[in-house]
Amino acid sequence: MELKNNEYIKILLLIFLPIALFFISFMIGRFPISPIDVVKTILSPIFPDLAVSPTITTIMFQVRLPRIIAAILIGASLAIAGAAFQGIFKNPLVSSDLLGVSNGAGFGASLAILINGADIIIQLFSFIFGIISVSITYIISKAYKTGGILVLVLSGVAISTFFNSLISGAKFIADPDDKLPEIVYWLMGSIANVNMSQIVMIIIPLFIGFIILYFLRWRINLLAMGDEEAQSLGIKPSRIRLLVIIGGTLLTSAAVSISGIIGWIGLIIPHISRMIVGPDNKILLPTSLSLGASFLLLIDNISRALIPIEIPIGILISIIGVPLFLYLLRKGYSEWS
Amino acid sequence: MVIKECVLMKRLLDVKNISFTYDNKRKIFENISFNLEKGDVLCILGPNGTGKTTLIKCLNGLHNINSGEILLENRNINSLNFREISKYIGYIPQNHTPTFPFSVMDVVLMGRAPYINITDHPKDKDVKITKNALKDLGIYSLKDKEYTALSGGERQLVFLARILAQQPDILILDEPTAHLDFGNQIKFLEIINKLASKGLSIIMSSHFPDHAFISSNKVAIMKNGTFIDFGLPNTVITEENLKKAYNIDVKLIKLTENRKISVPMKTNLTLNIEIEKK
Repeated sequence: MELKNNEYIKILLLIFLPIALFFISFMIGRFPISPIDVVKTILSPIFPDLAVSPTITTIMFQVRLPRIIAAILIGASLAIAGAAFQGIFKNPLVSSDLLGVSNGAGFGASLAILINGADIIIQLFSFIFGIISVSITYIISKAYKTGGILVLVLSGVAISTFFNSLISGAKFIADPDDKLPEIVYWLMGSIANVNMSQIVMIIIPLFIGFIILYFLRWRINLLAMGDEEAQSLGIKPSRIRLLVIIGGTLLTSAAVSISGIIGWIGLIIPHISRMIVGPDNKILLPTSLSLGASFLLLIDNISRALIPIEIPIGILISIIGVPLFLYLLRKGYSEWS
Repeated sequence: MVIKECVLMKRLLDVKNISFTYDNKRKIFENISFNLEKGDVLCILGPNGTGKTTLIKCLNGLHNINSGEILLENRNINSLNFREISKYIGYIPQNHTPTFPFSVMDVVLMGRAPYINITDHPKDKDVKITKNALKDLGIYSLKDKEYTALSGGERQLVFLARILAQQPDILILDEPTAHLDFGNQIKFLEIINKLASKGLSIIMSSHFPDHAFISSNKVAIMKNGTFIDFGLPNTVITEENLKKAYNIDVKLIKLTENRKISVPMKTNLTLNIEIEKK
């Protein structure tokens, strides 16, 4: 398809932005590393002569690299899932945790913490419970004959609330000296202690989720027209919606299982992306992916660099994200008119 | 020779004695039969709530009929999937709730969906067909505008362009002129005529008997869930039939040989309305 000049520039910027932030992120932290040392160290596994010092190698590859990868994967996942969900629910106000995935994952993690589970058990529980809660939501919505999107959204709200009460219950019985703070910290969301083995565990669900959404992205446009119109255009809306829910849920639960609950990205990044490239999901989904990854990298850098104590990333996202969102709303935004 | 031609000529749409119910208690419509050939324009008239929209949704496979048959070129509609139906039939619903401000181009491109694989997106060929559809309807200049920002008349043309991009044999339009102004209504009907002269068949519902004279060669009058009459506009749209359908006296005035206008008479409404003072 033909592209205009400014569209080429946008696409180049959207590719360049996360790559640039990827390199910059190695430099920032309690131990600053110069750009030249970053480039040299990155190349050192191939050209061992370039290695600057063992300390820098350790900091970059052992400490910062897992965080950087986690930020990219989590930001991209939450944003693309949010964009896809807004499309299939015909609503710019929904985000990827609409169907209860976050609270389900939160309960899974709390449960694992209560039974003294190791990190890997916490991750596994939160991933599985995220998927369980969305499955319950979907099955309940199918049980009603009238079906439709509204029933699905409302059962999502109900199941979300249900798992939220279970989280409160878990907090209530948790030992206030060690278990309770651990649960609360998990719920705040953080990628400070992410390690490579955790990332490796989520690669497969993320890959499946990305593939599903990437290939269905143009079809999501049709669902935004309403089910009957979509059907008259030859597609089966319920099938596309189910596939997108599966893809989005895999992405969100996998992301949340290593980071804890991170809100807002799934709501605001698709919005910002839509302001830049318009509502066509064929372009919107890749744009959300790029901006989601960039945004979380940026926030994570700020959380490391701003003050000596590390701020949980979930808190920082809201503090930065809300004013940013309100500012963008003010700058002429015609979507709801 | 004559017999051979008859065998070769397939009926585009054959509707045989169909009925539909949501709950098995009350029939929304029943005993409806008609057929449609290439270039036909069928106008379905009838009062509110008589089942026109439900009938239309059954005809394009959005609802499944309970009895009877709908044949598309001799193939039962129940044996076709959505994609196959959508290559025969394009549809504009009565109401559309916009959510995202897609560009006109994006909306019309959606008409190519039946020809695009589930994991794929439109290619150059689809863009070309889409642009031609926009040019045919004279709205190419709108292609980069947001469809949510258009007037009712322009938006209806965008949906019509989407149907043209879909390349169906039959267009099914549910009250296509309902949201159009006085002038745009007649313009829209003339476009319908033009499309029919190019070989497309059209089924539309309407609230205006006058429209049937302008654009259609077949008329059905629907009342209480069935066709009370079906045939040529001149024979079906009569003062008696309109009175039966709408329960009011109607006067038909002849304008030209093939065009009449209908004027509803005052009904001497017996309602006693009292507006209470504040």
